[in-house]
Parts: sequence; structure tokens; C-alpha cells
Amino acid sequence: MQFEMSTFIPVMPEIVMLVAACVVLIVDLFLTERTRLVTYALSLAALVVTGATIIATAGDPVVSFEGSFVRDAVADVMKIGILTVTGFAMVYAKDYLVQQGIYRGEYYTLALFSVLGMMIMSSAYNFITIYLGLELLALSMYALVAFNRDSMGGAEAAMKYFVLGALASGLLLYGISLFYGATGSLSFAEVSAAIVKGNIQEDILVFGLVFIIMGVGFKFGAVPFHMWVPDVYHGAPTAVTMLLGSAPKIAAFALTLRLLVDGLAPLFTQWQEMLMILAVISLGIGNLVAIAQHNIKRMLAYSTISHVGFIFLGFIAGTDDGYGAALFYTVVYALTAAGGFGVLAMISRRGFDAENLDDLKGLNERSGWLAAMMALILFSMAGVPPTVGFFAKWFVLESIIRVDLVWLALVAVFFSVIGAFYYLRAIKTMYFDKPIDDQPLEISADSHVAMSINGVSMLVLGMFPTALYTVCRAAFG
Amino acid sequence: MIDWPLLSTVVWLPIIGGALVLISGDKSPNVSRWLALLVSVLTFAVSIPLYTQFDNSTAAMQFVEKAAWVPQFGVNYYLGVDGISMPLIILTTFITILVVIAGWEVIQFKPSQYMAAFLMMEGVMVGVFAALDAVLFYVFWEAMLIPMFIVIGIWGGPRRVYATIKFFLYTFLGSVFMLIALIYMYFQSGSMDVLAFHDLKLNHTEQVLIFLAFLLAFAVKVPMWPVHTWLPDAHVEAPTGGSVILAAIMLKIGGYGFLRFSMPIAPDASHTLDWLVIGMSLVAVVYIGFVALVQSDMKKLVAYSSIAHMGFVTLGFFIVFMIMANPAATSGAELGVQGGMVQMVSHGFISAAMFLSIGVLYDRLHSREISSYGGVVNTMPWFAAFMVFFSMANAGLPGTSGFVGEFMVILAAFRADFWYAFLAATTLIVGAAYTLWMVKRVIFGEIASDAVAQLKDINAREAFVLTVLALAVLILGLWPAPLIDVMDVSIHNLVQHIGVSKL
Repeated sequence: MQFEMSTFIPVMPEIVMLVAACVVLIVDLFLTERTRLVTYALSLAALVVTGATIIATAGDPVVSFEGSFVRDAVADVMKIGILTVTGFAMVYAKDYLVQQGIYRGEYYTLALFSVLGMMIMSSAYNFITIYLGLELLALSMYALVAFNRDSMGGAEAAMKYFVLGALASGLLLYGISLFYGATGSLSFAEVSAAIVKGNIQEDILVFGLVFIIMGVGFKFGAVPFHMWVPDVYHGAPTAVTMLLGSAPKIAAFALTLRLLVDGLAPLFTQWQEMLMILAVISLGIGNLVAIAQHNIKRMLAYSTISHVGFIFLGFIAGTDDGYGAALFYTVVYALTAAGGFGVLAMISRRGFDAENLDDLKGLNERSGWLAAMMALILFSMAGVPPTVGFFAKWFVLESIIRVDLVWLALVAVFFSVIGAFYYLRAIKTMYFDKPIDDQPLEISADSHVAMSINGVSMLVLGMFPTALYTVCRAAFG
Repeated sequence: MIDWPLLSTVVWLPIIGGALVLISGDKSPNVSRWLALLVSVLTFAVSIPLYTQFDNSTAAMQFVEKAAWVPQFGVNYYLGVDGISMPLIILTTFITILVVIAGWEVIQFKPSQYMAAFLMMEGVMVGVFAALDAVLFYVFWEAMLIPMFIVIGIWGGPRRVYATIKFFLYTFLGSVFMLIALIYMYFQSGSMDVLAFHDLKLNHTEQVLIFLAFLLAFAVKVPMWPVHTWLPDAHVEAPTGGSVILAAIMLKIGGYGFLRFSMPIAPDASHTLDWLVIGMSLVAVVYIGFVALVQSDMKKLVAYSSIAHMGFVTLGFFIVFMIMANPAATSGAELGVQGGMVQMVSHGFISAAMFLSIGVLYDRLHSREISSYGGVVNTMPWFAAFMVFFSMANAGLPGTSGFVGEFMVILAAFRADFWYAFLAATTLIVGAAYTLWMVKRVIFGEIASDAVAQLKDINAREAFVLTVLALAVLILGLWPAPLIDVMDVSIHNLVQHIGVSKL
């Protein structure tokens, strides 16, 4: 096998990220807690430089490394989204880590490696590559969830996450092996071509597909593979929940897109039906159970589950419009979720972890600005115009009505109304209740700026959704 | 001036002004108050040319602005007004000034947020009336909920949280189905242009489904019986300013929706289902009138009377189909719609005045119970004069604006069927009964308690607000021609349009 230097150009962003993560790992060894700001700055710089590399090396779609790696517009959009959202999360996390006494360099190293895993997933073009990316992400996340090693809850959550995650990976691998057995290839293009040829027994394919859908459902946190989501979101330190609940949704989107759309498009009707079931029960269970939650992290976990239902709707449409809308939805959701958990991190302080609805009480009186940002974020999650969440929902509904699945759209809006209730309840707690906690909030300048950008972007993207949508839609030609 | 984007100014000036008021903060409340007043007066001033430069002779949209917004889905930033929406925009900008003044000293808790919420709401409501693109309309329609939700929730009464969440969810539930209907029509017509929807051919089943989706959204907003239950709660718990905006403008948005969407888009379904809407309206007029009679809370009483009055509006709109179906009645279909429109504007003034009057009492005694008062005329003669006048208007006394709209609708109902007119006319008795009985118990009689004996008459600020409204009610009652002239051509065009079957 002979490599030319030009084959490395499409993977330049991944190489940069890998090098940066290693540099951060090594540099941090020589730093103390007081000088850890260097790690923080280097990590943010790593994200920025990687983003710049993506933009600099963008071009026509290329498949390289013997058909195992693809560099196309969708991959670039997803990667930029992952980098941006992780950047926000890292900024919000810093003060929280300091206050909770877990301000260590490993947080940044592991986060950067998880980003690398997500980037690989975004560009995967065969089953092994996607599995590699997935495991790199998952292993970093398992470690991060247990990051506060003195926390019983954290350890428990990490254990649950690890066991269930390993199980899901096993199921996914089993599904992959069935396809490998049936088609004799691991490359998406070849598997797809072999299925189209049609001399493979359909039972085997559907059997394998079921396992792959399970893996996808688990990674996305769709019902009935959602059990880990609330426990892990709740148990992990907020700074980690922030990482876990935001950018990995884009990675899960990548996983679904690459596996189902690129790899198994000929089985569209089969996986469409399966996703329909997952989508409807995710919308239902997610929204209904969220109402019963008084812990915000759990509430947001169930809200994630319902949002996953919406993202699946875009896949169910099975058109480029649908995929574009789902990508838009995912990116917007990831940004929104990072902001939501960011607010929680900002309300926390030394020895106090804000995670209950009551901790939001009277936030408007304590900090009108933070309450306004959180309100924008929650309204966006609820899908109320003029925030961007409305357009995300609308684009998805549009694509689904276009393929004559009006009933599915009605189910989705029905559950959205139910969902609006618990978002409103959180807003109500912030605005209408008296504070029970009068400690002034200490928010550092960088978090302040990042949160302002994040919150106001909900409004700005809501008023001018065209630019982002054009990018997402154009990625699918 | 022709090229100046007048409508955009009226929409965005209060929103940006509201943002400035919000930023000004609560360190010096007077700064935010004066700034809010300045913005609201400026907005009203800017909206005046909409009337003076309006061309009465055409039903086409005027002051049109159009720019691409989300081109992939054929969505435009498309604004324009005709004779139906223009009066409602002026009503909005006018009432907002009064609300800002009325909240001047009363609101001590975070006044900048209070003022900002009302200014932003003003811009958004003008946007609802001016939007000619379905998505733009929907965005404004929903965005309107956010400031109102916050106003009721922060500055409201004891059960404000329940009331405001109920208000939000009711409206939200109603409107999401409208969104599905809008998307469906987008696929049929290829654009989100409301005027294109008007000309869109739809078969009967499609029309019925779309009509029902719209009915759900607008009936909640109006509100019509039996989805009215959020309104008394919201009104009772809202601060005075919130009640005023809610009654004077937000309810009108539901009525406006029928004229702009339901009737022209689905004329055949409107015709088939006119009995439903007329039935719901008559129940509102008669039954809700009796419900109002037994209320012991003044705000609740006025809230129920609002529902009854809005019943007249929807009755006037949908009686048109009955008149057109009645071979004996050759003309007069327009009268119903005109009456409904006049009733909307008039109710905007009167309900605002009623809620402001109750606010005046509430600020002094902190009670809305009728039984807490009695003999107010002895200590507050000026106020009593205003209150009696507005109550008369609410009961539909000839010479006030309340009479004009009701009379036109009843006349129109006669052309359809005697019994409709008969039922509708009972409101003249029931309405007089509940309003005047309340006045009797609150204003007249012996001084009921020491608290009432201590009352001070209205100050200059309150007197100004009530005088302005009293003049508006009188002028519209004695000389409604300027309003009717403006609407005439647009309504004529609308009635002609809905008279033509789409099948």
C-alpha cells in the first residue's frame, strides 16, 4: 500500500485534533492548579485551530483510506457544530470545576479525545471506522462521568453507563457482523451495492438491522433504550453532563446518518418503520415523564429523549429535506442544551450543586440577565417562536408532511404542547417565585460572554434561520 | 414618505424601544417610565399616517413590504394592511400608551421589565395584524404569548401561576394545529402567502379540516364558549395593564383570524359549519351573560362580559353565510361583518376602560370583590361619573360605541333568521342587568365601610386616561362613519370573495 501525502489532506482536522489533544495532555503534566488556565486556553485553541483546518481543507467530497473515510460537506458541518458546542461547554465548565475541586487537566484531555472520536464518526465510511470513533467517544465519556471520584453518584452513573454502553456496542457489533457475513464487506458503499443486487436473504439483513437500530437507539437515548440517560445525566458532574448532553447528539446524528443512510439506504422501508416506533414512543415517554421530574438534570434528560424523537422524524422522511432539517435540529439542539446545562453550572458554587427546580427560584431577581438567557433557551427547547427552536421543529414537520405522514406530524405537535408545560414550569420558577437562596452569583467574564452569545443566538438564529439552514440543507446536495 | 417602511417601523420601534427600556434597568425607575412613554407615544405617532394616508377606495393591501426571509420554503417578510387590519393596529398603538400611563406609580416591582414587556407585546401584536405571510403571522402570534405569560406571572394576583400557565398552554395547543394546516396549504399552493391561500382551490374535506384547525386556534383566542375558561382566570390574576391588553387587543386577534384566514380560505367549510360557530356565539351571548350576572368579583364579571361581547363579533362574521343562503335576503351580508368589526374596536375601548376603572378601585382598596365597595360615589364623584358612563357603554346604551356594533349585528341577524336576532338581542337586557347591577352595588348606596369612606378621588393621571377613553367611546358611538368608511371596501371585497364557492 502506498500513501501519497495528498491522501492525508482530508484527515488533516483529525490529525490536528489528535496532536493537540496529546500536547494538552503533556503540557498539563507540568502545570499546577493555579496555572491550569494554560490547559484551558490550549484546549480552546485546539478547537479553534481544528475548526480553521476544516474550513481551510474543505473541498469536493473525497473518499480516502481504501474507502474507510469520507470527507464531505455533511461531515464538515457536523464537525464544526461539534467543535463550537464543545467550546461553549468548556467555557462554562471552568468555574464549575474550580468550585467543585475537580479542576484537573484530564477533563480537557478527555474532552478533546471525545471530540476526536466524534469527528471520526462524522467522517466514517465503513463499519470499523465508525465503531472506532464511537468507542473513542464512549470511553472518554465513561471516564468523564466518573470524573469526580469522591462522588458516589458519579461512580454509580459511570458504572451504569459503562455496562449499558458496552452492551449496546456489543449489539451494534453483532449487527455489523451479520452484515459482514451477508455481504462480505465492511465498506458502506459495497454493503449498499450488495444489498441492491438482491441475492441476499432479506431475513438476515433485517435481523442485522434490528441490532444496528438498537445500537443507534442506545447512543441517541431513544425509548426504549433510554434508561441510562436520566441516571447518567443526573449522576455526572454538571460540567460533564454539559459535554455529554450536547455535542454527542451531533455524533449520534452522524452515526445514524452514516449507518442507515449511507450504508443501509436500500433497507429504507424497514428502518423507517423501526424509527417510526422509536420516534413516537420517545416523543411520548420523554415529554410525559419529564413533567414528573423535579431535578432539572433529569428533566433535561427526558427532554433530550423527546428531542431525539423529533430528530428521528427527519430520518423517517427519508428525503434530503428531511436529513437537512434533522441536521439543523440536532445542531440547534446541541447548542441549546449546552446553554441550558451551562446556566446550571453557573448557579452552582463551592459545595453546592444546582440541580433541582427549586434552585432556579427567583433567578430573575438574582440575575436578570442569566434568567433571560435561560428563558430564551427554554423557550427554544419548547419550540416557541421567535426562538430558533420553532424553526427547527417547523423544518422537520415540513419534511415529514411533504412525504404525506401528516399523522406523525400531529403526534409530534401534540406532544410538543405537553412538553411546553415543563419548560414553562422552569421559566415560572425563575420569574414568578421568590429566591430561596440569596447568595450573589459569581460569574466570570468568559462565561458571561459565552452565555450571552449562546442565549442571544437563540433569538438571532430564530429571526434569521436562513443562513444556518442553507448550510445544513446544502450539505445534502 | 411612500417608500418609508411605515409598518416595519410600527412593528420594530416598540420592540427595540422595549429592549432599551429593559437595558435601562431599575436603578432609576423614572427613566424607564419616561422612556417607555416616549416610545409608545412615538409609535402611536408613527401609526397615524397609516390612517391619514390610507386609500379608502381599494381593497388591495397597502403599505406593502416584502423581502425574502426563508427562501427555501417560500417564506417572506411580507407586511401590508387593508381596511380590516389597519383600525386594529391603531387601536393597539393607542391602548398601549394608556397602559403605560396606567402602570406609572402602580407598578413598583421591576418597572423596567413591566414596561418593556408591554412595548414588545405592542410591536408583536401589530406584527400579527400586519403579517401577510403565514409563517410570519404564526411567529408573531406565538411570540405574543411570551410577554403576556411573564406579565401575568410576575405582576399578577395570588393564583397568577396557575392562570398564566393555563393561558399559555390553551393558546399553544390551539395554535400548533393551525401550524399543520398552514404547512399543508404551503404544499398545495407553493408559497406561504396568505393572499395566495385565499385563492387556493381546496376540496370540501380539506376545507373542513383546515377550518377546524383554524377554529381551534381562533376560538381559544377569542375566546368562544366552550374554550373560554382560561380567560376569567387570566383576567382576574393579571395586573390591570395585562387585563387591558388582553381584553382590548389580544381577543381581537382571534376575531381578526376568522376574517383573514378561516372565512376566505375555507368559504365552503365556513358555510357548512356556520351553524357551529353561530351556535357557539349564541351560547356565549346568552349563557355567558347569565354567568356574568352571578359573579361577585368585578374583574371576573367584566371578563365574562367580554366573552359575551366577543360572541357578538363571531356571530356577526358567520351570520353572513346564513344571510347569503337565505333567498329572501338579497343584501345586507356586509352588515354583519361590519358590525362585528365595529364591535371589536368598540369593545377595545370599553373593556380597556372597564378594567382601568376597576384598577383604580383595586389600587386603593386591594379588593376586587363587589361586596367590599358600596357608596363610592360619595367619596369619588369624578370616578363614579366615569365608571357609570363606561358601564352604560358596556350595556350598549345608544350614543356610545357599544350600541353601534351590537345594533348592526342584530340587524344583520334579522335578515338571516328572526330567532337568532331574538337570542342575540337578549344581551341588551342581560348585559344591562349585570353591568348596572354591579354599578349599583359598587358606586351607589350608602358608604359601605370605613375603607370606602377614606377613598380619594382619581388623580390627574387616572383622569387623563379615563377621559381619553370616554372621548373615544363617545366619538365612535356618535359618529362611526370614519371607521366604517375605512373598512367598507375591504369588507365588501371579503364578502364577495366568500360568496364564491371554491369547489
